[in-house]
Amino acid sequence: MRFILRRLGFYLVAFWASITLNFLLPRFMPGDPVSRMFARSQDRMQPEQIEALRRLLGVDDRPLWEQYAGYLQNIFTGQMGVSISRFPAPVTEVISSQIGWTLLLGGTALVIAAVVGNLLGIVAAWRRGGAIDSALPPVLVFIGSFPYFWLAMGALYLFGVVLGWFPIRHAFTDGLEPAFTWEFIGDVGAHLVLPALTIVLVSIGGWMLGMRNTMIATNSEDYITMAEAKGLRPGRIMLRYAARNAMLPSVTSFGMGLGFVVGGALLTEVVFAYPGVGYQLLNAVQGLDYPLMQGLFLTITAAVLLANFLVDILYVRLDPRVRSN
Amino acid sequence: MATAILQQPGTTAGKTPAAKPKTKPNRSFIHGLLTNRKALVGMAVMALFIVVALLAPVLFPGDPSRITAMASLEPDAEHWLGTTAKGQDVLALTVHGARSSLLVGLTVGFASTFIGILVGLASAYFGRFIDEALSLVTNVFLLLPGLPLLVILAAFLPPGLGTVILVLVVTGWAGSARVLRSQALSIRSKDFVAAAVVSGERAGRIMFREILPNMASIVMGTLLACVIYGIGAQAGLEFLGLGDVSTVSWGNNLFWAGNEGALLTGSWWVFVPSGVCIALVAFALALINYAVDEVTNPRLRKIKTPKTATAGTPAPIERSAAK
Repeated sequence: MRFILRRLGFYLVAFWASITLNFLLPRFMPGDPVSRMFARSQDRMQPEQIEALRRLLGVDDRPLWEQYAGYLQNIFTGQMGVSISRFPAPVTEVISSQIGWTLLLGGTALVIAAVVGNLLGIVAAWRRGGAIDSALPPVLVFIGSFPYFWLAMGALYLFGVVLGWFPIRHAFTDGLEPAFTWEFIGDVGAHLVLPALTIVLVSIGGWMLGMRNTMIATNSEDYITMAEAKGLRPGRIMLRYAARNAMLPSVTSFGMGLGFVVGGALLTEVVFAYPGVGYQLLNAVQGLDYPLMQGLFLTITAAVLLANFLVDILYVRLDPRVRSN
Repeated sequence: MATAILQQPGTTAGKTPAAKPKTKPNRSFIHGLLTNRKALVGMAVMALFIVVALLAPVLFPGDPSRITAMASLEPDAEHWLGTTAKGQDVLALTVHGARSSLLVGLTVGFASTFIGILVGLASAYFGRFIDEALSLVTNVFLLLPGLPLLVILAAFLPPGLGTVILVLVVTGWAGSARVLRSQALSIRSKDFVAAAVVSGERAGRIMFREILPNMASIVMGTLLACVIYGIGAQAGLEFLGLGDVSTVSWGNNLFWAGNEGALLTGSWWVFVPSGVCIALVAFALALINYAVDEVTNPRLRKIKTPKTATAGTPAPIERSAAK
């Protein structure tokens, strides 16, 4: 319980830090983001909107601490202002319409990569020097060294443009009405294959090598020798004795990976024009839509922190050592 | 301690040499690297790229982004890698791109590792309040989502090469700080450090002359990982158009390739070289990194099984050898 409270405290501090960073960035940056933005969208903006924006980005005359208090209050009441590029939609509305796609894409890719990667790592460590152990890691490390977006574009070109097997952009075909029909779900699935596959391809190596290296250490433990001496089946020793005890670092990576789901899929979403929060974040940056940018960053951070907290709770369940001290 | 639980699998790699006396592991470490095939291949590739980057103005004098030929030419004898949609020579762009990419990667790598060393050593040596505070900051930075933070910072800061480096260091130092802290902590508890403290050595001397040399291999691993991060993240940032688009670098080459629709028109030769270069550099560095791991962690080393051993029972032999 103490552990959980400690972690909770830490995540609150982290969240506070990101809010404060968000607050300070536009106020202490060289140059004035507001005037840059005004120059671009003056004619489209209402006077009261400009006023609200000035307050959000700190171009008002109140003392800093007062602005800060107001900013915190806004954040915790869910008021993140109004999007400029998608005026007059509130930032929260823009974000909530897109986060689902990000979770779908990132979640699918993460689960596939983690499951397959860990299984490969288990087998590789169990059969040291076998085919999987000697052939796969160099290949995966080599694939993993390519810049992610480059592989994604290559896959897009090869399978989308040249071969035409998969749709090349967006999350579903234009004009198709979102509904729970087989047609729509199939369409979404087809759009999901390429982006998810590229993420799996580059991230699977990390899972496999991490698992392999931990499991090599576990394999030399006495209880493994003991299990062998007892004459247990090798498959049982591999999964229930060795792999089970080597899982913990992978659980941590899974928590970190959940962070990647929300934030790190940015490049994927940009390459495949997938309508998630990462794609929107880049659009917001290009459109100098500062309220949306800040709202997205806070949402992504909050999601990452929440995911890590959930993993911590899971950790307490999995590892008795955490419970005892 | 919360951070100990979050420790990554790789962080335990360097523990073996730490226990040995100071000078000996370093010599056998370098010898181990020089006889390791992975390390040799990695170092050869890196050396090649560094030489090409240094010789770029000799190989392709003048501004590489000037227009020299027809647009979108396929690779031929005159333009080995073809030309872009603007008519720039792709090979010249790629060779010159190595300069900026390697420079930024190395700068980011060294700067992040340096900060990581300072933070890690201070945490481990002083302990208590300083450790708590520094660990907190480190963990917050580790947890903040990297890519979105990069994008936000790059959006607010004025564009330029300095900004790219600054932003990458800000987002990249925390990982190395955590790895180095946990290593420094284990050395901090050794007797020779206690002896140095008792004999009245100054804090700075103990940190940099007693503790630091004993974690040389893990510092090197961290440095390599940071350089890989730097090169990859720079390319990603520039690909998104958030770098300094006027410089010639691999990331910017890819940004322009995407911008000019190189793939949609089928000009794969514009798009392939820069990506392959980034991959080769990252792969070479990763190879060296694995070699460092193998040399310092006997458990990861390939076991030289005697030829007489029966092929059917590799697993048990291995496990007893690992002990």
